[in-house]
Amino acid sequence: MKKTKFGTLGVYTVLYLAFLYVPVLFIPLFSFNDSIYIAFPLKEFTLRHYADMIEREPLINALYNSLKVGIVVSIVSTVFGMLAAKTFTKYRIPGSKSLTAFISIPLVIPLIILGISLLTVLKSVGVTLSLITIGAAHTVICIPFAMFVLISRLEGFDKSMEEAAQDLGESPWMTFWRVTFPLAMPGIIASLLLCFTISFDEFILAFFLGSDEPTLPLYMWSQLRFPAKLPSVLALGSVIFITSFFLVCFAEWVRRRGVQTQTGSAI
Amino acid sequence: MTSSGGLRGYFVRSENARGFSLLAPTLILLVLMMVIPIIMLVARSFWTQSGMIETADFSLVNYQMFFEKKIYLYVLGKSLLISGSVTFATLILAYPAAYFVAFRVKKNKLIWLILITVPFWTSYLLRVFAWKLMLGYNGVVNSGLIGIGIIDEPLGFLLHNVNAVVLTLAHAWAAFAILPIYVSLEKIDKSLLEAAADLGEGPIRSFLRVTLPLSMPGVIAASLLVFIPTVGDYVTPKLVGGSSGIMIGNLVTNMFGRGNNWPMGSAIAVMMMISITLVVCIYLWLISQVKKRSN
Repeated sequence: MKKTKFGTLGVYTVLYLAFLYVPVLFIPLFSFNDSIYIAFPLKEFTLRHYADMIEREPLINALYNSLKVGIVVSIVSTVFGMLAAKTFTKYRIPGSKSLTAFISIPLVIPLIILGISLLTVLKSVGVTLSLITIGAAHTVICIPFAMFVLISRLEGFDKSMEEAAQDLGESPWMTFWRVTFPLAMPGIIASLLLCFTISFDEFILAFFLGSDEPTLPLYMWSQLRFPAKLPSVLALGSVIFITSFFLVCFAEWVRRRGVQTQTGSAI
Repeated sequence: MTSSGGLRGYFVRSENARGFSLLAPTLILLVLMMVIPIIMLVARSFWTQSGMIETADFSLVNYQMFFEKKIYLYVLGKSLLISGSVTFATLILAYPAAYFVAFRVKKNKLIWLILITVPFWTSYLLRVFAWKLMLGYNGVVNSGLIGIGIIDEPLGFLLHNVNAVVLTLAHAWAAFAILPIYVSLEKIDKSLLEAAADLGEGPIRSFLRVTLPLSMPGVIAASLLVFIPTVGDYVTPKLVGGSSGIMIGNLVTNMFGRGNNWPMGSAIAVMMMISITLVVCIYLWLISQVKKRSN
């Protein structure tokens, strides 16, 4: 308390940050190392693992698959999340607490359980596994995230805006498009980006529900066993890291800007 | 009221009907894609498999096997212990950092929060794999120690055991502990702490009597967010656990893969769900008891 500004706690926090950072930083470090062995001492600096990565066709295919799944999943889960968020913020329906809890179950259920349960059902119904089944499973786990992001956005704004539009003779549908949708836009963008990153990084559901068309995490998993292919996987990991860092910062920036224009203060 | 309207009139008037019809698609999707599949999983755990043939008659044979062969109970117990230790370690490590950002950092809190969460924007697989690079036979720790001259030969005991699994999970799930704890600390009314100080409470007593109890919602949320998913983790034990670090998720996966005994795999998964639920209930009950007593 009366110590220096930073104090023991500050030192501890910096050490803890080091613990969080150090292992992760070895991924980009070794991706620039001119050797196929992941070991010290470091050899010369090289970009050849990055060139290698771009030339590898299965990797590019897997990337493409993940992008496809991620984009569809983010849109579909945002729509479902929006419906739920709209319900909970606009109507006082009985049991809304338990219904919110029900929709959040995918947040706390071990993914392996969800994976094998879906596999069991899909097999007995006779659905062939594909990118679609992976996407369907990802939608289930993304909906609660979308819902919470959108609830926090919709809660902030004035019901009277929608009421005014309806009093002025807009139909509920037009009210949604012309009033609610633009106001909710920052929340929608944040939700899209969040769901995309979740789907893009998800491994275990894809592991159970995927076919011979792999998503990126499935492809990486298959490569982790071959030491010679590792450096290009590390290069890929570094690229994903930088990209998602910017995506997340962008999402946060959009969300905050939205909150500020709403309430005049950062939350 | 008036006679006009019928079904449509009812819809327009009734808040509940409109609310529920807006919510219905999401609920139906989750029932189809989550509730029914889990019920089917439980049902399948009562089926039997011999060779390639699955029989859909009710039987307890899988559960009998689960309790007879020691390996299943042993691995389940070990998984719960591992996740328990991971949760404990993550909370203890994360709490002071969250406390620091919530109470000591005055400017640029957002920068600190982003700094803390940046390592989690790498792929989960690579975050786990990073520890293989760290602890492996030719890994960072070994080659570093040899470089400084502390050891002559690489240490073999760093990787492929339970400790490596706990360490890796405590790293990989840290954000799920820091953020909820930070949020609950941030919500605490600072004037309460000043009041405690004015009443002559020392910093440690006021932490134990004011700050810690008020941050409990965050601590509870964090422990559930870390404990529940890690019990069934497959990736970490597979990459850094070796044969001694095997967890229940690996057994389930084997049954659905090479073992090709889905009914048995379902029974193991059901036992896993039941035990997680039990542990969580006991944990929440214990906390409510402590709360009662301190009041």
